[in-house]
Amino acid sequence: MILANADVRKVARLARLAMSEAEIDAARTQLSGIFDLIAEMQAVDTQGITPMSHAQDLSQRLREDVVTQANQRELFQAIAPQIEAGLYLVPQVIE
Amino acid sequence: MLNSSLLQLGSALRAKTISSVELTQLYLDRINALNPALNAYITTNFESSLAQARAADTLLASDKAQPLTGIPIAQKDIFCAKGWRTTCGSRMLENFIAPYDAHVIEQFNNAGAVNLGKTNMDEFAMGSSNETSHFGAVKNPWDRNAVPGGSSGGAACAVAARLCAAATGTDTGGSIRQPAALCGISGIKPTYGTVSRYGMIAFASSLDQAGPMARGAEDLALMLNVMTGFDERDSTSLQRDKEDYARDLSKPLAGLRIGLPKEFFAEGLSQDVASCVNEAIAEYKKLGATIVDISLPNSRLAVPVYYVLAPAEASSNLSRYDGVRYGYRAPEYTDLADMYEKSRAQGFGAEVKRRIMIGTYVLSHGYYDAYYLQAQKIRRLIAQDFENAFKQCDVIMGPTSPSTAFDLGSKGDDPVQMYLSDIYTIAVNLAGLPGMSIPAGFGSNGRPVGLQIIGNYFKEAQMLNVAHQYQLATDHHGRAPQNIEL
Repeated sequence: MILANADVRKVARLARLAMSEAEIDAARTQLSGIFDLIAEMQAVDTQGITPMSHAQDLSQRLREDVVTQANQRELFQAIAPQIEAGLYLVPQVIE
Repeated sequence: MLNSSLLQLGSALRAKTISSVELTQLYLDRINALNPALNAYITTNFESSLAQARAADTLLASDKAQPLTGIPIAQKDIFCAKGWRTTCGSRMLENFIAPYDAHVIEQFNNAGAVNLGKTNMDEFAMGSSNETSHFGAVKNPWDRNAVPGGSSGGAACAVAARLCAAATGTDTGGSIRQPAALCGISGIKPTYGTVSRYGMIAFASSLDQAGPMARGAEDLALMLNVMTGFDERDSTSLQRDKEDYARDLSKPLAGLRIGLPKEFFAEGLSQDVASCVNEAIAEYKKLGATIVDISLPNSRLAVPVYYVLAPAEASSNLSRYDGVRYGYRAPEYTDLADMYEKSRAQGFGAEVKRRIMIGTYVLSHGYYDAYYLQAQKIRRLIAQDFENAFKQCDVIMGPTSPSTAFDLGSKGDDPVQMYLSDIYTIAVNLAGLPGMSIPAGFGSNGRPVGLQIIGNYFKEAQMLNVAHQYQLATDHHGRAPQNIEL
């Protein structure tokens, strides 16, 4: 499959990855190679086959709606890049 | 002591022939001496390890000891361990101190085992050579120009070089079995859902499964006894009765039916791997097994299906790394979107970014049916192949990897070539079956060869029996690399 630089640029934006034009060029070649590998599965007839998401085909377990975790704000914020007054700091998003 | 089994180490500890502090110190001294060259560990914390050893010695003195009490274990750096730096091999988590324990770590702590340190791995477990680690490649202890395999390459290296008594690994597409094969050790990935994924940093959640790595099958059984068990914090954890994985080790193999898939012995398999695997099969015949020719016709599709499903799940799992609550944040940015994009671009390595992009593409608008849904349908066809095969045989055998360990740097520029090195292991993850690799000799270049054993769902005890009986009759698993003596 041939990808265009525009496809790669779009995917990088969706994935929130900053990429230079040189990186986009390199990624396009490598991703095209990988999609050639993936293309092998397109020819398989899968009509009537149920998709498989879990080996045991289990349904999701539910649990009681009760509090199971204690508040550990200080412990968790000790590893944050930037905090102030118990809040996570990010660049301003609302004017 | 370094070549003792876990059972022997446990007896020595309980008989007070050696203390856990002495045993732990022995391994820490070896890590000090050998790790700079091998790079098997990313993080050690001698003080913490020795504190655990002292606590284990108290337990051992009080008759409350369990089989692994006081035994030094290496933990793959994918498991969160409270107070330990847990990097997952990534710059993104270079300074991440885990605030809690993974279920696997809790289980080892409850068993009184000693955590020797966190082992090196491919970044976010994405790789087959350990070369994608932000902390540098691990060297294969059998030949330091060779890769150890991946992603659990640090664990495999540490076991082979006697830098731990046993280790933990994780396997999404072969990450326990392939490095075990390339480093000449044993490793088992149990049935999906057997070991809790809680606190194990996620790569592809429907495929990720933890398991033990050690020198022999007997050791793997003791490790599995500790690692497995239901955990309500993992939504895919299976509710099953606790079992003793060592219970069948000594059963004779007479009447065992071994299936050999013709697809695993076709083009692409190197000559020296083929001959070691064939010799192992011959040994099994001597032990009373019979051979059945089987076919897994859809196994050729396993690699393409995997490279849709695993990246799709990874792109979703790794979207949590945004530089806000933990992990790497870029030093300079203009606004929130720019902060996300730069933090992720600088925090992730090339292979991780590549897989995030594949995953993002296949899940993007208009492509879901053609890629993700089609892959999940073929996944069922692959699982059905195994279901049919197990009507004719008890276990399936074949090579773990198409070749012995390749040279460091030799597949660096070609992701597709690297992906094809997992051609025999990936189908097992897609089906959710248990799979293992055990040493089966050496190639002409002196590098180890692994025999893969695939069992039916929940047949780990039988697979360990099959492996153990072979290891009683052969000595491949007892061999040690040269140049690791102190």
